[in-house]
Amino acid sequence: MAKETDQKKRDFLQLSTVTLGAVGTAAFIWPFIKSMNPAEDTLAAGSTEVDISDIEEGQSITIKWRGKPVFIKKRTPEEIDAAKKVQASDLKDPQDDADRVQKDEWLILVGVCTHLGCVPLGQKVSDMKGEYDGWYCPCHGSHYDTSGRIRKGPAPKNLDVPPYTFLNDTTIKIG
Amino acid sequence: MDQNRKVHQFKNPVLNWIEFRLPIISYFKKEYGDYPMPKNCNYFWSFGALATITLITMIVSGIFLAMNYTPHTDMAFDSVERIMRDVNYGWLMRYIHSNGAAFFFIIVYIHIVRAMYFGSYKYPRELNWILGVFIFLLMMATSFLGYTLPWGQMSYWGATVITNLFSAIPIIGEGLKTWLLGDYNVGNATLNRFFALHYVLPFVIFGVVGLHVAAVHVHGSNNPDGIDIKSKNDSVKFFPYMLIKDTIAVCVFGVAISAVIFFGPNLMAEVDNYIPADPLVTPAHIVPNWYLAPFYAILRAVPDKLGGVLLMFGAIAILFVLPWLDRSKVRSCNYRPIYKWFMMAFFVNFFVLGYVGMLPAEGLYLLIARVGLLYYFGFFFIITPFVGWIEKPNKLPLSISDVYSKNIEASLGGGQKEIPSTAMEKDSNL
Repeated sequence: MAKETDQKKRDFLQLSTVTLGAVGTAAFIWPFIKSMNPAEDTLAAGSTEVDISDIEEGQSITIKWRGKPVFIKKRTPEEIDAAKKVQASDLKDPQDDADRVQKDEWLILVGVCTHLGCVPLGQKVSDMKGEYDGWYCPCHGSHYDTSGRIRKGPAPKNLDVPPYTFLNDTTIKIG
Repeated sequence: MDQNRKVHQFKNPVLNWIEFRLPIISYFKKEYGDYPMPKNCNYFWSFGALATITLITMIVSGIFLAMNYTPHTDMAFDSVERIMRDVNYGWLMRYIHSNGAAFFFIIVYIHIVRAMYFGSYKYPRELNWILGVFIFLLMMATSFLGYTLPWGQMSYWGATVITNLFSAIPIIGEGLKTWLLGDYNVGNATLNRFFALHYVLPFVIFGVVGLHVAAVHVHGSNNPDGIDIKSKNDSVKFFPYMLIKDTIAVCVFGVAISAVIFFGPNLMAEVDNYIPADPLVTPAHIVPNWYLAPFYAILRAVPDKLGGVLLMFGAIAILFVLPWLDRSKVRSCNYRPIYKWFMMAFFVNFFVLGYVGMLPAEGLYLLIARVGLLYYFGFFFIITPFVGWIEKPNKLPLSISDVYSKNIEASLGGGQKEIPSTAMEKDSNL
């Protein structure tokens, strides 16, 4: 029979051994978990410069940036009006059109549906544009307006606006 | 160690030498030779053996495919086409593997239907059921990972949609998705790790299958009447009776899968997956493999992203607790006059969910999916506990051999279920 003091000593030893083992195991596992995150060269994927002088009013082009499609659209006055008329407070993901563009006619979006990552339709003249005349995601039926905001369907958020700057009137740098 | 333990004696001295050091021979004799099977088991009980054989076929064909496959975004699609055109019998290995996956799910679905209808999940086989659901989960993960590897349009966009499910989780979702993909979207890092995991998970499944089989052998197999073995008259030995029966099942299965492999190898394939993956163009509608479609229908039936994801995973998670939701002590639905019909409706409903899961989520299809979703969860949460409580089950037979004597009597009496004993006496007088 172990004495009471003896038992306490054993409890302490057991607890400290298990704790040290757990910490050691966690420290050993961490590099492996971390290795699954994007590697340095993936993170370093750079920026893209786009010439926008050829884009006509109402036209839209798709370019590739960091493996994702980016939509660059030159909006018509009607489309700008439609986007500005909406009360932000009525929206699922409230945002004013002015917060989503630097110049009213140029709308730049990451063309990835915020629901499950499909590329929404609406870039081509023949595409379905949805009930709000912007973009429509065929996968699960999300409708985006002329500011790329979610108006109807399962997507929780507006289409992302990537970081971009106007280098001059005809060139933008995305990223 | 214990030198006095009883060692099984065989005639063959080599077997005795092994047996003394590793009692593996007596183990196999006990578990696969003398193992008592209820003698009333029908062909539904062959699907466990069929699933095991399919798993082995998948592992073998997969290893040989891996010898010719290149997990790189620039080369994956072409390497699969090379397997199809240039590698000797590559087409056969690939068609065995792709159709084998579909047949694996057919078999496992029938195996699950069997377990549900005849109440195999009930006491004392709950853990066995849990291990089975776990295998089912691993199978779904493995098939999803494998579907990404050919790097066609459906591969790419299926992977995109499924990994995006994780981004629905609040706060950690986006980070978790990026961690799973190794990039901000499905890319080379994703393809590489999916290949690595697709290679290893089948061996994990194999291990869990071992536990699943070991667990069922503890209390023995269930049977269509859902009653325990009470005497030697109730059972037959696994060898040779069940082995022969399973062999016949394997032959029939071989004919069925060969018919598809050789005469309709792309029946269950999506045309879009023969187009190389293009990150800039989403196919008009993304279709999951048919065997995952019921869960996809549940996902799309919910108009909220997080809600849809939770219900989809919930639809699988609910299976884990089925043994405790069912309050009835009677195992087999053959003796449950009310629950039986709800159970059949559940299977039909699952099939319908799968059907609408492959069609666009709009209009009538969406409505059907929502009704199906309600029945799916209603079946588990309301019908299963409630019916077990109010239902009066039919009288169970006294023993398995009793079922047989009754059946024989019934056939003698021209199909009548119960024959008065006087009638029997009259018959014997003739």
